[in-house]
Amino acid sequence: METLNETLQETITFDLGTEGVRDLNAELHAPTARRYRVKNPLGAHAVAAGVDGDLEILIEGDVGYYCAGMNQDGRITVEGSAGPGVAENMMSGVVRIRGNASQSAGATAHGGLLVIEGNASTRCGISLKGADIVVGGDIGAMGAFMAQAGRIVVCGDAGDGLGDSIFEARVYVRGEVGALGADCIEKDMGPEHRAELKELLTRAGMTEGADDPAYLGRFRRYGSARTLYHFNSDHSGRY
Amino acid sequence: MRSPEDRGLRESATYDRAAIAAIQHAADTGVYDIRGWGAKRPLPHFDDLLFLGSSMSRYPLEGYRERCDTDVVLGDLHEADPIHIDIPVTIAGMSFGALSAQAKEALGRGASAVGTSTTTGDGGMTDEERGHSDKLVYQLLPSRYGMNPDHLRAADALEVVLGQGAKPGGGGMLLGQKITERVAGMRTLPVGIDQRSACRHPDWTGPDDLAIKIHELREITDWQKPVFVKIGASRPYYDVKLAVAAGADVVVLDGMQGGTAATQEVFIEHVGIPILAALPQAVQALQELDMHRKVKLIASGGIRNGADVAKALALGADAVSIGTAALIALGDNDPQYAEEYELLGSAAGYYDDFQDGRDPAGITTQDPRLAARLDPVAAGHRLANYLRVLTLEAQTLARACGKSHLLHLEPEDLVALTVEAAAMSRIPLAGTSWVPGGGRDFG
Repeated sequence: METLNETLQETITFDLGTEGVRDLNAELHAPTARRYRVKNPLGAHAVAAGVDGDLEILIEGDVGYYCAGMNQDGRITVEGSAGPGVAENMMSGVVRIRGNASQSAGATAHGGLLVIEGNASTRCGISLKGADIVVGGDIGAMGAFMAQAGRIVVCGDAGDGLGDSIFEARVYVRGEVGALGADCIEKDMGPEHRAELKELLTRAGMTEGADDPAYLGRFRRYGSARTLYHFNSDHSGRY
Repeated sequence: MRSPEDRGLRESATYDRAAIAAIQHAADTGVYDIRGWGAKRPLPHFDDLLFLGSSMSRYPLEGYRERCDTDVVLGDLHEADPIHIDIPVTIAGMSFGALSAQAKEALGRGASAVGTSTTTGDGGMTDEERGHSDKLVYQLLPSRYGMNPDHLRAADALEVVLGQGAKPGGGGMLLGQKITERVAGMRTLPVGIDQRSACRHPDWTGPDDLAIKIHELREITDWQKPVFVKIGASRPYYDVKLAVAAGADVVVLDGMQGGTAATQEVFIEHVGIPILAALPQAVQALQELDMHRKVKLIASGGIRNGADVAKALALGADAVSIGTAALIALGDNDPQYAEEYELLGSAAGYYDDFQDGRDPAGITTQDPRLAARLDPVAAGHRLANYLRVLTLEAQTLARACGKSHLLHLEPEDLVALTVEAAAMSRIPLAGTSWVPGGGRDFG
C-alpha cells in the first residue's frame, strides 16, 4: 500500500497484483482516506465489497464476482468489465462500469445508481428493490426478473423474458425487446416518464442522449400488468 | 348415533377422509391447498430408535449428581467469532411476516434465557428480534427481502438458505392476508399481494458460485461472522459435501418434517426425505471429508422432546433446531382457543392454517388484535421452560449411556426398532447386528 498526494485529497493506492482483496476491503471498511485507487484487480472477487461510507474508489481493470457488493454510499468506478453480481444488494452510492457486466448486475439492489456503459448479461436487475440501473448497451435474457421497485434503463436491446413476474419496478428500453416475461407489458410513456428517463440518463452521465428529444423518444416503458399479484387458478398456464 | 365404524362401515385406506376432503376442496375451489406446519403423514422417525443404556458393559453416570455438559460451539472453523450456545437446541429460521412481532420477540426472549440462538427468516431482521436475541443468526435467502449489510454486521452468524425440509426446491410464500404495511415495507412489496418468492438465489448458481458468494459475505463482515448453509433434506450426502467445499462453518440439515408458514400441501407431503434418513448421509459426508465435528451439523425437522435431541446427537449432529415445537411452546394450538379453532374450520391440535393470518394464538398472524394476545414475556418464559425440559431429558438419556457431555453420544448407543429405521439410520435392528441396505457406504 503506497500513499500518494493527488489533487487536494489524499489517495491511497492498492496494487492487487501484490496485495490481497482482504487487505483492500479491511482498509475500505475502516478508511483512512477518502479516495482510493486499485491497480491490477486481475478479475478478483468481492473487490470493494461492503463499502460503508462516502469513498471514491477507482478500480483500474477487470473485476470478478460481486464487485461493490452491498455498497453503501461509495462512489466506485471500474475501468474495465465486471463479473457476476456487480453491486448486488447495493443500498446507496454510485457504481459505474466502463466496460461490460456479467449476469445478475445490480441484483436485489435497494438503492443507489448502477451505470454499465457497455452491455449487461442475463438477469440484470433481478429482484431489484429500489435502485436505479442504466445500461448503455444491451442486456441479456431475463432482465428485471421479479424486479420489485426501482428503475432500469436500457439504451440498447433487451433479451427474452424481460420483466418476468415483475412487481413495481419500471423498465425503459430504447432498442428491440425479445419476448416479454410473464405479467410484463408495455406501458404508455407519459411526460412524467420522459422526465424520469431524462433524469436517469443525466445522472448516469449520458447527457448527449438525455438532451436529445429524438433519442428519448425511441424509448418504450415496461412494467407489471399486475395480473399475477394474487393466486388465480385461471392463470396457471401463464407461470 | 353410532360411529360409522360401529355400524360396520369401512373407510378406504386409499381414499381416506383427508383424501376425500382434498378432492372435494380442489373441485370446489380450483386451487391447491396451501397450509403451514410440516409433513403430517407417518414417517420413520427418531421414535423408531432406542437407547441401550448402561448395565455391566457400560458405566452410567449418576442422574442428578454427575455432570453432563450441554454446550456447543458453532462456527469455529474459519477464524470467525464463533457462537457459543449453552444447550444444543437452537431456534430455526422463521420470518417476521410469517410470525407476529410478538412471537419473534418471544422466541428471542426464550432462547436467550437458556443461552441459545434464534434465526431470522425470509423477511429481514426486526428490532424486536435483534433486541431480544442474545445470539441471532441472519438468513440470506433467494428473495433477499430486507437484506441489509448493516444487519449482516449486526448478526452473530449468517445463514445462506438453499432450502428447507418442508419444500426442498421451493421458494418462500406469504399470502396477502399477512402482507401488511409493515411487512410489505420490509420486503419492498405491494401491500396485500400473494408473495411467491424465488427458489433460486439471484446472483449465484451452483456450488462453485456459492464458494465465491460466501467469500463475499465474509469480506463484507470482515471475516468475523460464521457462515451457516441450510439445506432441505433431499440429497444430503452430496449437498453437505458441496456446502463444506463452498466454505460453510455450519451445515443446517432440515428434514421433511420441518415446518413452514405456507406451502402447497402436495409439496409438504411429497418432497424431501425424513431427517432420520438424511442425517446419517450428512454425517458420512462430513466423515469422508474429515470434517465431522469440525464443520458443525445442525439437524432439524420433527424435534419434539429430549429423546429426539439425544438421538440426533447420537447419530452425529452437533445440535438440533426447532421451529414447530417452539411455536407450540409459545402457545400455538392451545386448547384455550378451541372454540376459535372450530370457527376457523379446524381444531386445537390440528390447526395448520398459518398462511391464513387468523391464528387465534396471535403467533402466525399480522392482525394486531390477534397478535396482541401473545404476551412475549410469558410466551418467552414458556419457551425457555420447554428448552430446559428438552435439555434435561437429553441429559437423562446421555447419563444413562455413561456420557458426561451430550456430544459424547454415539451411534453405538442406539438400536433400531424397525427394519425401515435400521436401513435409514444405519443403526442395527434391535437384537441383531443387521443393518439393511449395506450400512455406511452411501457414496
